[in-house]
Formats: sequence, structure tokens, C-alpha cells
Amino acid sequence: MKRAAFRNRWLPYALLAPQFVIILVFFYWPAVDSLRLSLYRASPFGDRLIFAGLSNFERLFRDAAYLRSGVTSIVFAFAVTLLGLGLSLFLAAMANARIRGLTIYRSLLLWPYGIAPAVAGVVWLFIFNPSYGVLPYLLSFVTSYQFNWLLKGWVALALIIVTAVWKQFGYNLAFYLAGLQAIPASVLEAASVDGAGPVRKFFAITFPLLSPVTFFLFTLNMTFAFFESFGIVHAVTQGGPGDATSLLVYKAWKDGFQGLELGFSAAQSVILMIVVIGLTALQFRYAEKRVTY
Amino acid sequence: MAADGTTAAGTLAAPVRAVRTARTPRRPWDRWTSHLILASAVAVIAFPLYYAFVISTQTLSEVSSLPPRVLPSGHFLENYATAWQRAGMGRLLFNSAVMALSVAIGKIVISILSAFAIVYFDFRGKTFAFWMIFVTLMLPIPVRIVSTYEVISSLGWVNTYWGLTVPLMASATGTFLFRQFFQTIPDSLAEAAQLDGAGPLRFLWSILLPLSKANMAALFVILFVYGWNEYLWPLMITTTAEMRTAVVGIEALVPRGGSQLPEWNVIMAAAMMTLLPPVIVIVTMQRWFVKGLIETEK
Repeated sequence: MKRAAFRNRWLPYALLAPQFVIILVFFYWPAVDSLRLSLYRASPFGDRLIFAGLSNFERLFRDAAYLRSGVTSIVFAFAVTLLGLGLSLFLAAMANARIRGLTIYRSLLLWPYGIAPAVAGVVWLFIFNPSYGVLPYLLSFVTSYQFNWLLKGWVALALIIVTAVWKQFGYNLAFYLAGLQAIPASVLEAASVDGAGPVRKFFAITFPLLSPVTFFLFTLNMTFAFFESFGIVHAVTQGGPGDATSLLVYKAWKDGFQGLELGFSAAQSVILMIVVIGLTALQFRYAEKRVTY
Repeated sequence: MAADGTTAAGTLAAPVRAVRTARTPRRPWDRWTSHLILASAVAVIAFPLYYAFVISTQTLSEVSSLPPRVLPSGHFLENYATAWQRAGMGRLLFNSAVMALSVAIGKIVISILSAFAIVYFDFRGKTFAFWMIFVTLMLPIPVRIVSTYEVISSLGWVNTYWGLTVPLMASATGTFLFRQFFQTIPDSLAEAAQLDGAGPLRFLWSILLPLSKANMAALFVILFVYGWNEYLWPLMITTTAEMRTAVVGIEALVPRGGSQLPEWNVIMAAAMMTLLPPVIVIVTMQRWFVKGLIETEK
């Protein structure tokens, strides 16, 4: 830490005041209140809250819809992360000749960062449109299977996965390309001299040396999939068809705002809190261990 | 998010220099495959946006024709005019702009003040304050949905710009960024300022702020995009069409069953208007954007 430079009894507190007013009123109080609410349920007339112990949580773990939502979220998060990272790493590795114009490519890859997930979802919704979208049209030459996301849950899930992967793709690719540039060419050349082929070199050298980038992108994409994909679901599929795309955050919002089951929704928020804490802990393990190197 | 990542992210900064010195391609064929792969990646990324634009220039019968037409048509103006009127885009975009600008500027101001207090003063509870700010990283909106709404509603802030902006102005990421930056500034600067009789606020205003310009610009791009694109918050806090932001407003245009042919050309026109402002900010402030990605890795 820096040597403190100024002496003043009250000024530091005044400087911190705006931040603290906001985090206490809009972060800490609601978080604590969510914990409290998760232990209550509404009375039959909905006029007051009755202490319910852990019954909301028991209900969560017995509720088939909630468990399905959990599974859907995990499938979605891993699909988005693994597909996104796999695809971008593969392309980055293939394209890793030293070429001119990398900064231009970087710009051309990064701009989808600015597109809201919900808006990206609306655009993909049209591409998936069962009657005249370009994707079902192209697929109709290959198979007679009806890729109708309104009828088939897995197509709807594929729609939101594709949207999320597309949105994150350029970002992932840009980071991998940059990471590859940092790998010393001498190491790869030494391996070539020893007779290692491109595949061998990739798995023995490139992939391990890229592990910090992979790990960083992994937590980032997981966080995106769990917490920032709400807009895609709400604007595009509304959790449907049935509850095929009802991700955890969407369900927590829906049960709280449309179902008005405050305690039940708060219990879901508490579960999500545990997920965030897990992801943050993961990030910090990495910060300490730095993977490889 | 937090502390590290900069090691992974830092590599994004200067790829070009490494390129020239490292190894020169011996086989030009390699170079062309690389260009081909990267160009197709760029094309795949750009296609949905191009397609959305194409649809936004077509008539409804062109939109629904098979095979799909992938070239722009001549109905750009009327579709955008229809979207503008039907969705009330003027108001929606204005609200988005208010939200994005206030959240970005508010977060920057509040982070700078907090970081200044933490780096340049010794006071009781400093470590505790630092951790309090840190823990908010673990409290994104989804983990406090219902309760946060209740707070906003008891303040009477539902459907107000206050409700839309103020609660999002705290920023752990911003505070860490400026804290890290202030720590790299030599102590002698503060000492010299004190010798010259400058108080802490004077020092902040005349010395620290001008030095922080690059960081402010970098953070601004990231936060503007965040504020413009935030979805769950405006969805919760606003219930009237006048207070909606563009990203949320677009949902109202999306067809939900129903028998009539959805006007995809109008929907895409609205989508284009909604997505362009943050993309333009990124493209025009490219340099700051990349710096921002590296330093906040939000």
C-alpha cells in the first residue's frame, strides 16, 4: 500500500459516502433481505409473511420445474462456454501464422461486445424463424426434420446457445489470438526440430501455455451464461416452449414478479448467490495459482 | 472481474510488435490460410447484423419470400419511420442514453472518490471499507431481485430516472481500477502538492484527474455499453412505455404467437437503432475500449 499522503479526520469518510450509501441501500440491504425473505412464505391472503424455516429450500429441491431449470442452466452454461472456447481456440490456433493486420482483425472481431444479449437474441430469432428464416431453410436441403423452436424444446435451447456463443465468439477469439502471440516462437521451433507435428505441438505446448487465457475466458463465459443471458431468454423464448429454456435467473425473476411468490423467489436468489460466490472463488484460486507457468 | 485477469488480458494490448520480431512466415501459404480463417470468422460474426440490416430494408412480402433474400431492398426509410413511431423509439433511445450516460459518469465519479480516499488517506476501518466494496462483486442484480425492487418501490423510485440510474452507480471494478492506477503515481507528486500548500481536493482536481483521463475514457466505453445494454434492471424498475429503455422496449415488438404476420422488417429496424449507439461508441473509441477491456475485464 501507498504511504498515506493527506491527514484529515472526516474527508475520507465523506469521499466514500456516495459509494457506501448506494452499496448499503441497494446491495447489502436487499441481499440480507433476500436471505431473510427466503425463510418466509406469504399467508393465504397474502397480507403478511409467515416464518417458514427452510421449507422454501426444501420445496426448491423437490420442485421438478426448478430442478429442470437448474439442469437447463448448467447445460446452457457449459454448452456456451465449451463451444465458444473450443471454436475460438481452434480457429485461433489454425490462424496463428504471424500475419499483418492483426489489429484490424481485432477490431472486426470485438464489436459484437456492444450488442445487448436481448437484441442479439431478436436477430437470431429471425434467422431461426421456422417459416422463412435462413437457417431452417438451409437445413431443409439436408433433412426433412422440422427445426421449429416453438415446438421443439431443444431447438429453442439451441437458439439461445447459438446467440450467446455468437455474442461471445469474437471476444474469445481476440483473446486467444493475443495469447498466441505471447508464446515464444523459439519453443515451437525447438519442438519442430525434435520432430513434433502440429497436433502434438498444440497439445504439448500451445494449449498448456494458453491455460491462463483459457481459465480467464472460462470464468468470464460462465458468468455471462449464468447471469447476463437473462435478456436473451426474456426477449426471445420467454422460457419456452414449456420450460425448455427457463434458466435459473429467468425463473427467479418470473416466480418473484409474475408469480408473486416472494419467499420462493428469494430462496432462488440465495442459490444464485452461492453460484456467484463459487465463480468468484474460482477466479481467485486462479489469481493465486496462475495456472501453469 | 477482480484482481488478476490482467495477466491474461494484458496480452490483448500489443500483439503487433510481437508479430514482427517473432518469426516471419516461411511459407506464404500459411499466411493466406490464416487470412482466410480470420476473414471467415469476421464474416460469420458480421452476417447476423448484415442480415438484420437487409431485413430492415425490405417489404413484408420480401421478408417472407423463399428462398430468403439476402440483398438490401429500397424500403429503408419507411421501415425506420414505422419503427420510430410504433415503438416510440425516440423516447426509448432517449431513456437509454440517459441511463447509459448517467450510470457511466456516476460510476466513474464515485469510483474515483472512493479510490482517492482509500489510497491517499489513513483512517479507521479502511480495510473493512475496501472489503465491503469488494463483496458487492458477488451481489449482481439476479441475487437480490425481489428485495431490491421493494427498496426502489418504497423510495417511490419506480418509473423514475433516479431508480433507473442511481442504484447502479456503485462500482467495485471502477474503484479497483483507479486504486491500482493511483498506486502507480509517485508519492513525490502528493508531497510536492502539499509543499505548495495544496489541500487534498485541490490535488485530486488539478493533478490526479488530469492524469486519470485515459483510464476514465477506457472505463467510460465499457460502462456506457453496460448501461445501455442492461436488461433486467430497467425491466424491473419501469412499468410504463415512457420509462422503458430501448433494449427492453424491443421485447414488446417481438411476436408472441398470434395470427397476423409479424412485421419483421419493422422489428429489425428497431433492433438496428437499438444496437448501433453502443457499437458506434466502441468503434469510434476503439483504443479506449481495448484498454477498458484489459483493465476491467468485466
